[in-house]
Amino acid sequence: MQIDARGMTCPKPVVLTLEALPKLGAEEFLEVLVNDEVAVGNLTRLAEEKNCELLVVEKGGYTSMTLVPRTASAPAAPAAPEPEAIEVQVVPATGDAVVAVGSDVMGRGSEELGKILVKGLIYALAHQETVPKTMLFFNSGARLTCEGSESLDDIRELEGRGTQILTCGTCLDFYGIRDRLGVGGVTNLYAIAEIIASEPVVTSI
Amino acid sequence: MDDIKLTKLSECAGCGAKVGAGVLAQLLSDIPVQRDPALIVGFDKSDDAAVYKLSDDLAMVMTCDFFPPIADDPYTFGAIAATNALSDIYAMGGEPRVALNIMAVPEGMPSEVVHEILRGGYEKVAEAGASIAGGHSIYDEEPKYGLSVTGLVDPRRLLTNAGARPGDVLVYTKRLGSGCVVTAAKGGLASAEQVAAAEASMMTLNRYARDVMVRHDVHAATDVTGFGMLGHTLEMAQGADAAIELDAAAFELLDGARETARLGILPAGMYRNRHFAEAEVDAEGVPLDMVDVLFCPETSGGLLISVAPDDAEALTADLRADGRVPCAVAVGRVLAHEGGKRIRVRGA
Repeated sequence: MQIDARGMTCPKPVVLTLEALPKLGAEEFLEVLVNDEVAVGNLTRLAEEKNCELLVVEKGGYTSMTLVPRTASAPAAPAAPEPEAIEVQVVPATGDAVVAVGSDVMGRGSEELGKILVKGLIYALAHQETVPKTMLFFNSGARLTCEGSESLDDIRELEGRGTQILTCGTCLDFYGIRDRLGVGGVTNLYAIAEIIASEPVVTSI
Repeated sequence: MDDIKLTKLSECAGCGAKVGAGVLAQLLSDIPVQRDPALIVGFDKSDDAAVYKLSDDLAMVMTCDFFPPIADDPYTFGAIAATNALSDIYAMGGEPRVALNIMAVPEGMPSEVVHEILRGGYEKVAEAGASIAGGHSIYDEEPKYGLSVTGLVDPRRLLTNAGARPGDVLVYTKRLGSGCVVTAAKGGLASAEQVAAAEASMMTLNRYARDVMVRHDVHAATDVTGFGMLGHTLEMAQGADAAIELDAAAFELLDGARETARLGILPAGMYRNRHFAEAEVDAEGVPLDMVDVLFCPETSGGLLISVAPDDAEALTADLRADGRVPCAVAVGRVLAHEGGKRIRVRGA
């Protein structure tokens, strides 16, 4: 679910978020777009109070804040030194971004939570105004582009919007899932190295 | 008339509409100040009101304050705006005598709404023992109301926000959190009881606290408004070149204030006040929601009184005995500033 709260003044973004949170289904999350520091500060507090994991992505001129409710089955990640919001700096809105996905979980801690987070992030990426130019999937990240992946539809949407989707062939073979590849092309480490070396913005997840 | 939700017409809430302290200082920095020796508190000080000395035992205290609707009921809005404007006179230890209306209303606003706003103002000014002598109104899309007030004070008994002395006890006379509750009310997230309690607090004149305060050994006072408790405390510490320790647990709070802060229903003014003051504030170990309440702008807040330590107990007892002062609690003390941050907030 997405709320575009850009241009709204306090307390409107919080009010809309409070109304939307109870309507989320299991494993659903809520993305709120805001464009002032008051809304960012307020939603950060709200996420904490409502026991949500928070993904903050700075965009050109606005901020995407994704609230992922922590369910009983997916408790908060074990105490990291700083239990603050996970910050993911992704895409300057240029369309030049390369996103490298080296795992099917995001961050360290609970694997269950890490899977929810990676799914949330790919969903969010697929719903940006500007999508990445290229997304590279390697190691266990290769599972995300294969049948059975909960992110498959979102990655197909990214591809449909022009993102080049490339998965590491060695990795597909290692996990024995090459025949289940559901989206994009297969590449090798040489091609991945070339992309990483030649592109100005590469973000690793 | 009942359907009109005045607060829907305002961008900011009450004293939250105040321009940030840092912005103000910068705006004023290159404007030459006229030096008139009779102007004993003026532009160059960050005090609540200007003071002009007429004779050795008489000075005028002048202030001006107005803001957009903070309550949906026009009478309540008028009364709060007037109470807030009169407060600066009381914070200086003065007594208001004459007030002028300052008003902006949308062209289409029903006349009975305008009448109710003014009635709220007139009744509070009358309760203060002063008179409204006129004023000025203009058309504007966003309604605004307030007063310019002139009062009198004996300059030898004038209380600025700069006279605090190390050892003094700080006493606060209202329950904290009006800015939080008002913001929640704007989002329909405060109960009718919470809003009523906040409005009653904002409509309570600081006259009663002032009348008790001037009979005690008080060194400094200020009213807590747009810069929030921490912003005004910092001004008091800087004015006296002292440090101040606040006890977060001592404050009496309006019902709903901390709950509101936890939900992230905080006005822009809270963030402005944070930016301005946080470099001088050490609130380590105090829960974020409590610190947010302390940074949140208050509308028509109470008096923060710096009293000699041996008179603190008598002052709080007298304030409580008056019956018209919402509360009286010792919330902190003044210390010598020995470097480091000027404000330390303890506990919660």
